[in-house]
Amino acid sequence: MAALAALALVGCASTPPGAPTAAASPDMPWLERLTFGVNSAVLAQYRKLGRDGFLEAQLHATDERLPEAVSQDITQLAIGQVDAARLVLGLAAEQKRINALPDGTEKQAARQKFNDQGNQAAYEARRRELLRALYSPAQLKEQMVWFWLNHFSIFEQKGNVRWLMGDYSERAIRPHALGRFRDLVMATLEHPAMLQYLDNAQNAAGHINENYARELMELHTLGVDAGYTQHDVQELARVLTGVGIAGAEPPRLRPELRGYYLRDGAFEFNPARHDFGAKTLLGQPLTHHGFAEVAEAVDLLVHQKACARFLSRQLAEYFVGDDPPGALVARMAQTFQDSDGDIAAVLRTLFTSRELAAQAGRKFKDPMQYVLSAVRLAYDTRLIENMHPVTGWLVALGEPEFGHQTPDGYSLQDAAWSSSGQMSRRFEIARTIGSGSAGLFDPENGGPATVVGFPLLTTPVYYGVLEPSLSAPTRNALQRARSQQEWNLYLLASPDFNFR
Amino acid sequence: MNRRHFMRTGLAVAPALTLAGRLFAAPPGSPRFLCVFLRGGYDCANFLVPWSSSFYYEKRPRIAIPKPDPAIMDGALALDADWALAPAVRDSLGPLYQQRQALFIPFAGTEDLSRSHFETQDSIELGQPLQTTRDFSSGFLARLAGTLSGAAPIAFTDTLPLAFKGDAGIASISLQRAGKSPFDATQTAALRGMYAGGHLESAVTEGLELQQEVAQAMQEEMQAANRGAISTKGFELTAERMARFMRTQYRLGFVDVGGWDTHVNEGAAGGALATNLNSLGKGLVTYAESLGEEWNNTVVFVLSEFGRTFRENGNGGTDHGHGSVYWVLGGRVNGGRIAGEQVRVAHETLFQDRDYPVLNNYRSVLAGLFGTMWGLGPQQLEVIFPGARPLDLKLV
Repeated sequence: MAALAALALVGCASTPPGAPTAAASPDMPWLERLTFGVNSAVLAQYRKLGRDGFLEAQLHATDERLPEAVSQDITQLAIGQVDAARLVLGLAAEQKRINALPDGTEKQAARQKFNDQGNQAAYEARRRELLRALYSPAQLKEQMVWFWLNHFSIFEQKGNVRWLMGDYSERAIRPHALGRFRDLVMATLEHPAMLQYLDNAQNAAGHINENYARELMELHTLGVDAGYTQHDVQELARVLTGVGIAGAEPPRLRPELRGYYLRDGAFEFNPARHDFGAKTLLGQPLTHHGFAEVAEAVDLLVHQKACARFLSRQLAEYFVGDDPPGALVARMAQTFQDSDGDIAAVLRTLFTSRELAAQAGRKFKDPMQYVLSAVRLAYDTRLIENMHPVTGWLVALGEPEFGHQTPDGYSLQDAAWSSSGQMSRRFEIARTIGSGSAGLFDPENGGPATVVGFPLLTTPVYYGVLEPSLSAPTRNALQRARSQQEWNLYLLASPDFNFR
Repeated sequence: MNRRHFMRTGLAVAPALTLAGRLFAAPPGSPRFLCVFLRGGYDCANFLVPWSSSFYYEKRPRIAIPKPDPAIMDGALALDADWALAPAVRDSLGPLYQQRQALFIPFAGTEDLSRSHFETQDSIELGQPLQTTRDFSSGFLARLAGTLSGAAPIAFTDTLPLAFKGDAGIASISLQRAGKSPFDATQTAALRGMYAGGHLESAVTEGLELQQEVAQAMQEEMQAANRGAISTKGFELTAERMARFMRTQYRLGFVDVGGWDTHVNEGAAGGALATNLNSLGKGLVTYAESLGEEWNNTVVFVLSEFGRTFRENGNGGTDHGHGSVYWVLGGRVNGGRIAGEQVRVAHETLFQDRDYPVLNNYRSVLAGLFGTMWGLGPQQLEVIFPGARPLDLKLV
């Protein structure tokens, strides 16, 4: 019956009776870029606060209240219960115990169990991020958490990252997502997930590992063409010696080094592993010693013009377009420098720019934006039960969270997501979402699905937001749909929905 | 296969009647080329074993592959007095080599010394001179495709590889993850209609067509399975599916295979590397068989970003090195030999006292090969590999 009723609506999709008029619509393309897809909650917030008020609320994440059921869900996750420092030590002990077991079924079973626990922790970390991205009113913050997780990318298959990535996003990324860039760099620098992923935990005086030092400049702060040299990489690697992961006991140190020792959770600065020799970075001699020298080096990096430009350009690529206007990037970089790297301030420059408005509807959604916006359109604020289909779609589309092997993160460019094979796969996912509940309402702990059948995309949000601006070819396709499911497929596959 | 053989029918000079570079009718007998990229830097010294080198056995106490022994039927296979094939590929590549349909080029690679997977894969796929600023929108296979009108290129990967980045939209589809049920004609027309005239038009059109073709191929596979054919998996399955595409409408293919970064416990005659090599070797034989007659028009080129350290490390593995061993396979390649410039494998010939040196630059080797395969002149080769000196190793 529902299908028939919907079909009746479909028949007159271009002139919906009783639908809000286009004139009443807020600035949709702008809202589409500020959020992971406009839903009824976004519209309500916008109507209440007005355009400026909405932007300020988003820039400062003034309202992060999650629906009660989502908060409860997140509180109950096992990854929320452990402290990273204890976790790191516990994992090391458990690995040691397993390795010491004689080869045989017991060892195999212990390995399997250990592995399963890692996978569960990884899934929980993904689930938590996706729940917030889908349902938090602070949508810009959620996008920025995703942006920074990608900018300071870590890979789940390295070391014990699977267990640590939840803590990484919770403690290193999330608190600073709209804050100061320098704090973000320091928080990732001190986190055991990053220290493992880019091997700085192994970087010690006399046993230099350049991996993190190189990426800290190339990918995190300055960009590859910023003019630093291989010598700068080597010097920064020396600066970073001794920055590592805390063991069970503090190291025994010579008295003159004790004052330099630092320990905070899983992070440790071990002066016995640090190279205390003089260093020059970007032509500037460093004057501090020990970990203060690390902070000094990071300060030097984040205050480079190149850093302001690099970060501004990346943000503009993500929110504006593949080749963002140079004038906009320059203004953002100026804001970055004037505000001492205040991310919210830089985003204000971006979201109040004419250049953004001029690119309305031209940025191809990456898989994360696509999948989340499709689920938000299909089910609005109705909470989904099961996150496995969502993570599966992200895998199929090539953008799973914490799944990028190399430290460069996923591409911000449209072309990375719109090859021929990716287009047809995206259409297949559009069909899956449009033609049934897709497993989203099958409770994860078993039991019958709480919602069955296909979603009705002809919602007030659709009429208020999408319908007025649909292109003629898309209307044409929608009118030819032979069923509600097919109509859903066309809408979710349309360029109107795939660009923002 | 010789140059004349390719030249006779090989040059498609007419502009292609294509969408996104897709060829609808290519002359029979035109060359077909498949590039297989082993991502992660495979340990070539445990693939093509330098068995006459005592240095090899000295420096790899735990992971060296035992010398070939005529009495041991499943051991390494001696190819000549110096080189032997790893046991893992003895039954797949061994016969191809003996039929002169396979050859190997040791000491091959790039002058890129970053020893970073990421950097080196990129620089190889771009195929540009190292001294210049990289242009990330221009890969060497895309430039080859642009030089040969009607090359009909396709990547069997999720995302378009850098090697195929260029002005023309080139099709890419992963055959591992392909869906089973394509859209029907009405849906296909509606989906295409929405993108008509936009910049994604050709990607959408190609994608929907590829989806049909893959579904068709899977249908045939199922029928074959029902008739009792052995079901394949992993790279063999990909190889069989690739052959369906490459024996008909496509002529320039790319696929990548991962899992070669063996820092820890790589094994010797058996183990992690052997398992991976075994699957790759079987897959390539499957590819050759599935191509049928077209195998005679085909060249498969296998490469990797770098070799690995000659000495084993403390964890029974090897670390990032330099020179590699490339493979050239095909029905009429000039096979059954070890090609290119070589040196004795010994301590004093190691590069930076750790790796195989690179004596055969990939740009020169490929430029020489492409020149012969398609009869390309210096100007055309200059477009594909700017500044490279083509090296004619008489591969075909």
